[in-house]
Amino acid sequence: MRKSDFIKAQERRYQAGAIDRRQFITSVIGAGLAVPTALGLASSVEAATPNRGGLFRWGMGHGSTTDTLDSANSENGFTLANGYCFSNHLTEVDNTGQLVPELAESFESDDAKTWVFNLRKGVEFHNGKTMTSADVIASFQHHMGEESKSAAKGLLSAVESMTADGDNRVIFKLATANADFPFIVSDYHLSIRPSVDGVADYNSGIGTGGYILESFEPGVRSKLKRNPNYWKEGRAHFDEVELLSIIDVTARQNAIMNGDVDVIDRVDPKTVALLSRAPVLDIMELTGTLHYTFPMRLNVAPFDNYDLRMALKYAIKRQELVDKILLGHGALGNDHPISTANRFHNSALEQREFDAEKAAYHYKKSGHSGAIQLSTSDAAFAGAVDAAQLIAASAAEAGITVEVVREPKDGYWSNVWNKKGWSACYWGGRPTEDWMFSAAYTDDTEWNDTAWKDTEASTKFNAIVRDARAELDNTKRAEMYAECQRLLNDDGGTICPMFANYINAVSKKIGHDDKVAANWDTDGGKAAERWWFA
Amino acid sequence: MHPVLTTVVQRLGLGILTLFVVSFIIFASIELLPGDFGQAVLGQAATEETVAAFRKELGLDQPAYIRYFEWVGNVLQGDLGTSFSGRAASGVDRSRPVLELVAPRLENTLFLAGMTAAIAVPLALFLGITTALYRNSIYDRSVNAATLTTISFPEFFVAYILILFLASLNPIFPSLANIDATTEFWDRIYRTALPALTLTLVIVAHMMRMTRAAIINLLASPYIQMARLTGASQREVILKHALPNAWAPIATVIAFNLAYLVVGVVVVEVVFVYPGIGQLMVDSVTSRDIPVVQACALIFAITYILLNLIADVIGIITNPRLLHPK
Repeated sequence: MRKSDFIKAQERRYQAGAIDRRQFITSVIGAGLAVPTALGLASSVEAATPNRGGLFRWGMGHGSTTDTLDSANSENGFTLANGYCFSNHLTEVDNTGQLVPELAESFESDDAKTWVFNLRKGVEFHNGKTMTSADVIASFQHHMGEESKSAAKGLLSAVESMTADGDNRVIFKLATANADFPFIVSDYHLSIRPSVDGVADYNSGIGTGGYILESFEPGVRSKLKRNPNYWKEGRAHFDEVELLSIIDVTARQNAIMNGDVDVIDRVDPKTVALLSRAPVLDIMELTGTLHYTFPMRLNVAPFDNYDLRMALKYAIKRQELVDKILLGHGALGNDHPISTANRFHNSALEQREFDAEKAAYHYKKSGHSGAIQLSTSDAAFAGAVDAAQLIAASAAEAGITVEVVREPKDGYWSNVWNKKGWSACYWGGRPTEDWMFSAAYTDDTEWNDTAWKDTEASTKFNAIVRDARAELDNTKRAEMYAECQRLLNDDGGTICPMFANYINAVSKKIGHDDKVAANWDTDGGKAAERWWFA
Repeated sequence: MHPVLTTVVQRLGLGILTLFVVSFIIFASIELLPGDFGQAVLGQAATEETVAAFRKELGLDQPAYIRYFEWVGNVLQGDLGTSFSGRAASGVDRSRPVLELVAPRLENTLFLAGMTAAIAVPLALFLGITTALYRNSIYDRSVNAATLTTISFPEFFVAYILILFLASLNPIFPSLANIDATTEFWDRIYRTALPALTLTLVIVAHMMRMTRAAIINLLASPYIQMARLTGASQREVILKHALPNAWAPIATVIAFNLAYLVVGVVVVEVVFVYPGIGQLMVDSVTSRDIPVVQACALIFAITYILLNLIADVIGIITNPRLLHPK
């Protein structure tokens, strides 16, 4: 056995508790390590070993007095994280970004139309009831049908029928094939709750999760304690969890600095450099799917002209926008909405840069003259007005006149966005490519804010998106989605210059896996389940 | 009827009249708020049709005077209405009764106000009387300088300074005033120590200066000279002769500051994340949640009226000339 393999093996044994600290240190010294190195190694192994216990206090820049325990209405980070504490879903996105079964043991489909979910056996709800296929079906029904007011209703519109095959298997039949269906059931709205006579109880906050809800004050806090009976191994390490709504960013940063909370989200990019100097915390930054866009509507002149769109795409300094609007806390966008946090991000696509010559060339070819209006407001995203000014300045370098029109915040989404020819916008991002494309880029969505429907490329794009939805082979899907991104980048109407980072401050007392999920803020909203006190 | 009782009844009657006027002003000023609840809540999904349907559902399409009388009528029956927010774009109605939203917040605010008053009022009186007693001494000057300094700074600045010294550098108190209904009394006091201290520093100067001024003002009156001639010590003169006559202005100032503690501490609430009523009102104004704004404004008006009433009664009781008018 090689020396490094031996040390790795010893580390695992120590982590698992098979040997104690003394034995571990002696054995690695025996393998030829110096004493200080061995001591350091022991400590680092300890830090990476989840410890049970403690009160985890989570300060969140979300929360409203109208929050409820019903995940059908969940619409902010607070209710999302709260739901993840006390309930589980059929599948989950793990800390490495992979989709894994959660309450389902496994899932399969031959044609992407019939999906079979085999449920985990013997999982109990907090009220002692054993979870069965009846609970799963009742839970999904809560989000379906005419009467349902669930925010996830649209996601499940393709579900034709759900049938139970015994207590531990549910079969979903879809009207149209969807290879992403297992992804959809991981959506935070679709938590599994106990049912009585086919009606799921979404109001009491009883689930199968790692923590049992003790009290919930909407817009203020939520208190939970560990579920001693939690089925998932190696998760939910804290004894107690307290989620606190701290909307004011200064108060939130004070709280983490003074040790009143153990983690905060939404650190202010303006002060993150100062905050990182505090000795008690680490800054955790991840690029997620939140992105800012400047959609050009193809049904409004002059944006119907390919060369004019191309001229504007080349006239934007993306790095400058990331540096000045996000203060460096973000990643470059490439004029399509798929982030590096997505599975099928097209990394082979060349990053578009500012190029005054190309911009001028396309601008001349388009034959357009006169000022181009860009409507903007900070209602779109913080700094949207400044971003528009920067765009106007860089476009001027290429000889294009952009007139920044400052719109009122009130009514921005009803009067400006999706109406005016060129405006500022943001998208929270979606966990899958299909979901993102069907939210804002396919020809059948109302929110197609670029009106990109009638060009040759868009016809091709729509056909590929539809085919990819039914494709089960991930290699083929990767190719298809890569092509979609290329089409958007080339012919599409949106300018997507940047993806904003999730910035968290985490107490040094906290331990977590090396890899942290970026599908939502704070380890995919599952910090309470995945982290521990080191 | 006892003259004091007559006054109280008269004042209460006037108070109710004032409340009606205030209710009208509240309603009118909310009408003047720019923007629209429908647009604020529907956000990206606000189209003309959805906004119109939404306004109809909330009764906002009715003329203003009808809405005003409906509101006043309901409040008279003890019904503060139902919050607007919670009726999200998806059409889900999870709006909560205003009372349920306001009551716990009001309780927290009253607790913080009570705790601050328990520290600030005795302190201000003590400082006011002693500075009057040792007028123009170094003690007097330094107390004046110190209290005027703390009142001159904005609240959030005082709050951050206290956080810096009492929470960050010397971790004595928590910087989050994190309390809930189950927090025990002493723990609650410990956790709200910093906001209470901040508010104390902010209001003590006003009360202390008024106490001092009222007493010093009286020291020039002939009856005080008479008292001095009888050989009373300075202490006796102030405590026995001057102070009883000074209560009226002092009580007025104390009432004014207590009212401020209930209605005006939103900045301190935000800094310490204290779930009080001020924050609720500001949030509601932002989201155009009219029923909650109206309820909060009404509570604030009642606070002012009641506290002023108490101050007036104290003024009358302690002043024989007012107690036995000709």
